[in-house]
Amino acid sequence: MPILSVKELTKRFKGLVAVSNVSFDVEQGEILGLIGPNGAGKTTLFHSICGFHRPEEGAIFFKGEAITGLNPEQICKRGIARTFQIVQPFGNLTVLENVMVGAFNHTNQAHAAREEALRQLELVGLSNKVHMNMTDLTFAEQKKVEMARALATQPELLFLDEVMSGLNPTEVSEMIELIRAIRERGTTIVFIEHLMAAVMSLSDRVIVMHHGKKIADGQPEEVTQDETVIEAYLGGVL
Amino acid sequence: MKRPYVIIGLVWLLLALAPLVASDYVLHIGILVLMYAYLSQCWNIMSGYTGQFSFGHAAFFGTGAYASSVLLTKYGVSPWIGMWVGAVAAMLIGLFIGFLSFRFRLKGAYFALATLAVAEILRQIIQNSEFFNKTMGILIPLDPNPLMYQFESRIPYYYVIFIMATLLTLLVYKVSKSKLGFNMVAIRENEDAARSLGVDAYRTKMIAIGLSSALTALGGTFYAQYLLLIEPPLAFASNVSISILLPSIIGGAGTVLGPVIGAFVITPLGEITNVLFSSTPGVQFIVYGAILVLVILFLPEGIVGWVLKRMRLRRVQKGPETEQTTGKREKYAHLKR
Amino acid sequence: MGLLMQSLVDGILIGGIYGLIGIGLTLIFGVMKIINFAQGALMMLGMYVTYWLFTLLGMNPYLSLPFSAIALFLLGALIQRGVMERVLDAPEHNQLLVTMGLMLILENAALVLFSPDFRTVKVESLSGVLALGNIHFEKTKVIAFAFALLLTFFLYWFLQNTYLGKAIRAVAIDRDGAALSGIQVRRVNMITFGIGAALAAVAGTLITPFLYITPTVGEVFILKAFVVVVLGGLGNFFGALVGGLIIGVSESLTSVYVPGNYKELATFLIFILVLLFRPTGLFGRKER
Repeated sequence: MPILSVKELTKRFKGLVAVSNVSFDVEQGEILGLIGPNGAGKTTLFHSICGFHRPEEGAIFFKGEAITGLNPEQICKRGIARTFQIVQPFGNLTVLENVMVGAFNHTNQAHAAREEALRQLELVGLSNKVHMNMTDLTFAEQKKVEMARALATQPELLFLDEVMSGLNPTEVSEMIELIRAIRERGTTIVFIEHLMAAVMSLSDRVIVMHHGKKIADGQPEEVTQDETVIEAYLGGVL
Repeated sequence: MKRPYVIIGLVWLLLALAPLVASDYVLHIGILVLMYAYLSQCWNIMSGYTGQFSFGHAAFFGTGAYASSVLLTKYGVSPWIGMWVGAVAAMLIGLFIGFLSFRFRLKGAYFALATLAVAEILRQIIQNSEFFNKTMGILIPLDPNPLMYQFESRIPYYYVIFIMATLLTLLVYKVSKSKLGFNMVAIRENEDAARSLGVDAYRTKMIAIGLSSALTALGGTFYAQYLLLIEPPLAFASNVSISILLPSIIGGAGTVLGPVIGAFVITPLGEITNVLFSSTPGVQFIVYGAILVLVILFLPEGIVGWVLKRMRLRRVQKGPETEQTTGKREKYAHLKR
Repeated sequence: MGLLMQSLVDGILIGGIYGLIGIGLTLIFGVMKIINFAQGALMMLGMYVTYWLFTLLGMNPYLSLPFSAIALFLLGALIQRGVMERVLDAPEHNQLLVTMGLMLILENAALVLFSPDFRTVKVESLSGVLALGNIHFEKTKVIAFAFALLLTFFLYWFLQNTYLGKAIRAVAIDRDGAALSGIQVRRVNMITFGIGAALAAVAGTLITPFLYITPTVGEVFILKAFVVVVLGGLGNFFGALVGGLIIGVSESLTSVYVPGNYKELATFLIFILVLLFRPTGLFGRKER
């Protein structure tokens, strides 16, 4: 059974159809890439699955159970976590405190949360910055904190929204390694990305969206050769 | 790092022993300081930590004061019991506001204005009600009896509010380090992100509002019993709401000691102004207004917030010793000669 | 029936004044996104300008209009430049606290300088009523309403047709865009706050012939002004006017038909209902 099953999901905003009849499955342990031109509805799709939007039509199943229309905290408790396209830090808190908020998802004890937070921060390579303020970090570091924070909730499924945007090549390689490491630990990953190199390198499978619809679903090499996909990108280089 | 705790402990001890040496007037000021420290700390729970800014805390304060006073003067119920009735009443009002805000998505300025409106509505209702003695308020008969929350000298009053303030501050300290505290702050900082991490925003906000409102009401009862009088402007006016939030703003909203330090700064100042200018009422609030504006403009994080920021900056500037910096230092050490 | 009509008329007449104060508030909010708690205090100061000109120089209150308007315009611009400009990008609650602090300062300064005594401005030649059938129109209230209406339309014309007016609207729509188009945003902010204050002053002056003057009179009006503005939609010009009329009428009807002093309560209940069911107001846009 796929870990996530999205069936005919539709999300409308007063006449604008942002997501139109999208269906796909996510297998446990895979890394699924979600690509498409700007405005294709990718982030809206994330929001609809993760509880920030209520879809007008369609159903979502996580590990066999319906999660359509649940609110964000309930979705997190079930084992789904996410990061945001624009980093959403807890600005006045330190790095460690940020991650602890996520860690508290599975414990009531502050010291246990602290240990879990330190573990996640070590995974993303920020152990030497745990007491710094979010505002003192580089952009890439802030993204890593957000990932550590999401990971601290011990998700089975992780949604990443353009984690690579704004990163330099070194940081991108680091991030690719990190994502692989996260999958090695057993977390299924769905990620939105514009950086094609990363998509090709990481994805087991790729889904393409355009104007709210799914227009392709398959192996990275197939998808990138698909005519409709190429057209959707208006002749841009894939 | 233990030094701040030692200092705080010493100050607390001094405050505990103060009644033994203080004059009656100083004791009176001390009582007011502790009372506003207490009330502001209550406000701090909901507005400072959880970010739900209330401009109408007088609503809870006045409810507590009126509830216990009415029960006492009309039914002979001891305020020690009456104050809990007030606390429950205030909590229900608070939870109601919280529920409405959630249901109708009131945030930020709209929420603050709503709390202001509620305080005003209560004032209007009380002022129009025979049962609550309309604008004349309730006079509590002079009859010192510890069982009826009335004491002959100021000293017992001092210890009552001292204990209340101590316990509340300890509670806030514990909460700030706990899961609930982290959730509250996360909501304040970024509610959407918090929810995506599993934080039940609605429940947390309701807990904060409930605690804040109930505890504020207990302070209202204290005030009524100390003054032996409660009337609509003393209970529900916007001046009261401002006096409650000001210490936290000055000392640092969202910090444990902010409200306390703020109360120590502003309350004596208010009293001194009152005494110096007793013939011209109003100077006190000119001062309050000026301080409010100045603090927001130049010290928006409050005294404690500013201190914490400086401490953190110093730690960042020193920076962690990494391989690179250590190596460089060693490499060029010979040049220092 | 006659009572109902009279009550409606009274409500509409005072509603125009509420609308005027509300327009000042909504203008400031539209341009600077700040809710000005001090608006009522500014109105109160305008009233005192009129009072002192009347008492010391025997000036007719309506003649004092330009004086109170200009005085408060300058004060408003000063406040904006000195204080508000610094909190334009601060968190919302800090902005509220600042204007609240300003309100405290202005109100209590008046309390200290002018004492809490109630003062009045009585103009013999203007007292009395006009009668239309069995409905009485108090002359002073009619003048106040007429002037408020005139000023509202003039302001609308100003915002639509003059360069400054368009600049103000531009900043209200998009501050950065306006700046990039060469508009001096800081100056616009100053002028807008000044205009807002002047509108409050004019409203105050217009009421002096029929309402007592005291330092805390602003408090009553500021809360009503909020309700008016939220009811009409924050930032919506005509919404404020309509909101003012609605509040004026509801107050009037309540004070006639409901025993006790509940007219303010009615206003607040409307406030809560609007906040709950239509926080963007009757005419407001979705932006919050």
